[in-house]
Amino acid sequence: MLSLTPADMLRIFHNTTYDFIRPWRIMVVSTVAFISLGLVLLGVSWARTGTSVRYSIDFLGGTLVQVQFQQPPDVGAIRSALDAGGVHDAEIQSFGTNRDFTIRALDAGHSVSRGAAAEAQAPSAEQVAARIDTLLANRLGAGVFHIVRTEAVGPRVGSELRRGAVIAILVSFVITLIYLAFRFEWRFGVAAVIATAHDILTTLAFIKLLDIEVSLTVVAAILTVIGYSLNDTIIIFDRVREDLRKKRKESLYDTLNRAINETLPRSVMTHATAFAATLALLLLAGEVIRPFAWVMAFGIVTGTFSSVYVAGPVLLWIERRYPRDASDRRSAQAKAPKTPTDQARRQAQAASVRS
Amino acid sequence: MTDLRYRLAIIAALIAASVWSIWPRPVVRRLETTNNVIRYDTLRRIPIRRGLDLEGGMHLTLEVDESKGVVANKSDAIDRALKVVRTRIDQFGVSEPVVQRAGTDRMVVELPGVQDQQRAYDIVKEAAYLQMQIVDKSQALDKVLPHIDAILKAKGLGVTAAGTPTQTPSNAGVQSLFTNATADSGKTAGDTTKSRSVAAGTSRRGRHDSAARKAAADSARDSTKRDTTKHDSSALAALTVGPFSQLIQQGGMPGEFYVAKSDVPTITHYLSLPEVQSILPPGKVIRWATDTVTIGQRAYQTFYVLDARPIITGEYLVDANPTTDPIEGTKVDFRLSREGGRRFQTETGRHINDYMAIVLDSVVMGRPPVIESAIGTNGQITMGGKDLQAAQDLALVLRAGALPVPLKVAEVRQIGASLGQDSIVAGLRAGIIAIVLVVLIMVVYYRFSGLLAVGGLALYMLYTMAALASFDAVLTLPGLAGFILSIGIAVDANVLIFERIREELDRGKTPRTAIDEGFRHAMSAIIDSNVTTVLTAAVLYQYGTGPVRGFAVTLIAGILASMVTSIFVVRTFYMIWLARARSPQTISI
Repeated sequence: MLSLTPADMLRIFHNTTYDFIRPWRIMVVSTVAFISLGLVLLGVSWARTGTSVRYSIDFLGGTLVQVQFQQPPDVGAIRSALDAGGVHDAEIQSFGTNRDFTIRALDAGHSVSRGAAAEAQAPSAEQVAARIDTLLANRLGAGVFHIVRTEAVGPRVGSELRRGAVIAILVSFVITLIYLAFRFEWRFGVAAVIATAHDILTTLAFIKLLDIEVSLTVVAAILTVIGYSLNDTIIIFDRVREDLRKKRKESLYDTLNRAINETLPRSVMTHATAFAATLALLLLAGEVIRPFAWVMAFGIVTGTFSSVYVAGPVLLWIERRYPRDASDRRSAQAKAPKTPTDQARRQAQAASVRS
Repeated sequence: MTDLRYRLAIIAALIAASVWSIWPRPVVRRLETTNNVIRYDTLRRIPIRRGLDLEGGMHLTLEVDESKGVVANKSDAIDRALKVVRTRIDQFGVSEPVVQRAGTDRMVVELPGVQDQQRAYDIVKEAAYLQMQIVDKSQALDKVLPHIDAILKAKGLGVTAAGTPTQTPSNAGVQSLFTNATADSGKTAGDTTKSRSVAAGTSRRGRHDSAARKAAADSARDSTKRDTTKHDSSALAALTVGPFSQLIQQGGMPGEFYVAKSDVPTITHYLSLPEVQSILPPGKVIRWATDTVTIGQRAYQTFYVLDARPIITGEYLVDANPTTDPIEGTKVDFRLSREGGRRFQTETGRHINDYMAIVLDSVVMGRPPVIESAIGTNGQITMGGKDLQAAQDLALVLRAGALPVPLKVAEVRQIGASLGQDSIVAGLRAGIIAIVLVVLIMVVYYRFSGLLAVGGLALYMLYTMAALASFDAVLTLPGLAGFILSIGIAVDANVLIFERIREELDRGKTPRTAIDEGFRHAMSAIIDSNVTTVLTAAVLYQYGTGPVRGFAVTLIAGILASMVTSIFVVRTFYMIWLARARSPQTISI
């Protein structure tokens, strides 16, 4: 081990000088298009059904019964059994294998008389669950299936959890804003925050496109993505900050590119390990965790993307509008890329400076 | 050198402490009591608490039920209810139950590993409010019947389809009741005898009111009910022909009324109308009974008109025990306190020859027995046709005490134990694959240094598990996923450090210096990025519930542990290596 020379190191993307920020316009346009598509879909759903994404019963209230059958069942038979008992519009979905199904009922169904004491009242969610059990047993036979899990959430709890989730996302946003203001200069902070907001929007669009059911676990994934994306942006900005301290005579554009190139090996490695863990979860951890893993996997991608193509350009734009000091203003005006030929010329200059 | 020794000592101490805290130890679990026998089971387990989604069990969120009356001080009521529910759960025999407040007007009950979830649910939720109330003998309801009928007619309710003849009431019909009726007899309290005292039957006066009837909007509903009415001579005759009174019949004692089973929802609906409620006789209440009476071919449900003020309530109850009697079925014997017994005696003394209803949660249990003489401290509640288990559960609930406020279920989750086991297996599978992939990536790319990082990773996993065990945190399925995810993210700190070391080597620094510089410069980035993740996890903890909270806790524990291992432990490994290699020219990184 001691005899190996540095040249034997396995290094990827070592000493690269790609101009990552050059295609920023295309990137920004495509991501804005992606987000817009997502927002349009969300808006359409909201107008049509009152909810923008597909919520789990955590947020909407209702009853969920997970059933495991001995043999793959006839879904039509399940549905008719439920309809006959007054549980209409139940959502029956396979859950993982073709023997596992979830039955989800939002409708309260017929009134279930509970002995002589109750006035006729709409049944609560847990009564619906018991009812589903009985109906299936009556129609399909009791030994054919067994109920693995029942969840019944009242509407009040559901709406409270929904509100809590939204507040959680907003609060974590604000807290990270405060932390960034504390640790970085305001320009970096604003750029990082906008990048994070971008990630929330793209993740929402992704959730909508894949029609992922939004449960508490998915909200946890969204918050983790926020943290992860911020990580990534901070790594780059930390390097930018350090490079700026060295007072090189290069524009912020170049410093940014340099920082991205320098942190590229680290980024690739960290994303690789995080993605490996997420992939393991996605493929092996079961159906309950799968939505979480999907969101996390996308989050890694969008987090990386936003650090370069959202935080970067925003930082540059802020710098142009509110430069840090007079010398920078001058250099910014002189070197700010306005045309492609401009950029090409500057790139040649920068390359010669580096070598 | 001593610096190195201190470091090694700390690391060794942490390892020892961690291993000790997660070492499998025998855990004694109380299994559910059946037939009042408590069974114990011991098994060896890693002492990390598992959430319901990994263990199986039941989660209940209960809140104050205000449908029957506004509750003034909800927070205080929940506190008192907590005590009662805890006692009940305690007697039920669930290991490691959780009974806690949640917010100002809610509480959470978690019963991990409970097998019979329906029983547990019933026991927790039952209000168990016991009251003894005297059955009204002043014909208070009879007096207001015409008014009720008038109100209902004014609302356009209670019609028969055209063509169905009205039943003519007659004394003969009522008398036939007394000879034909076969009722489940409830048991009397305490010292009274078994014979059913027959009240002086008040015969109904017939009323012909057919002319006043008019069609209602919901005639369809009523016509289906009417379809079941047949000319059954042994059936009870309707008392009057008003919309309310035609559906009820006088029972065997004053204040007792029969309603055909099919008409029960209608009557319940009528009774719930505010106009009807306002003219019900003051100081009296109407309560349904558990008894059903079969007369001829039809089944009837009973309701009673009772004095609103109970002569005694369950707060004086000190003990309750289930018994079975071959003739009378299952019962619960209860015993009152001395004070209660005295009160009871006085009150019953005042009501000799009256009927006393035993009312549990606003339901009359069995048939009100007659008070033949004053009753002391001992009494019985008839369970009707229910089995011994029901009697045991009722006795349990009466012993623990009545809920001070009625509770309703806001949320219930029941997870089977097999699902929990499957989730653990799936989680472990994913975890192993994730670890293998991460180790491969690190070792292939960073070689020897990668090995050091993997060593740090192993310790990281140990420390995190130990942290969860010692802080009594709950491991849930999302928590397990978070742990696996954090394995992928924990190496990030080391990647930062290693890349930095590589850069310093590029600049020509010696390995020793490069290592120092690497750790130093990477620190700020590591701290910043970890702090943001901890902050978002903290927010998640605050606003999340149950499984998601487990995720937040695992993530935070993992990040703190990873900072310790990446920075402190791996540095120590390097120091060991440097000490042994003396002046290395290169490092394998």
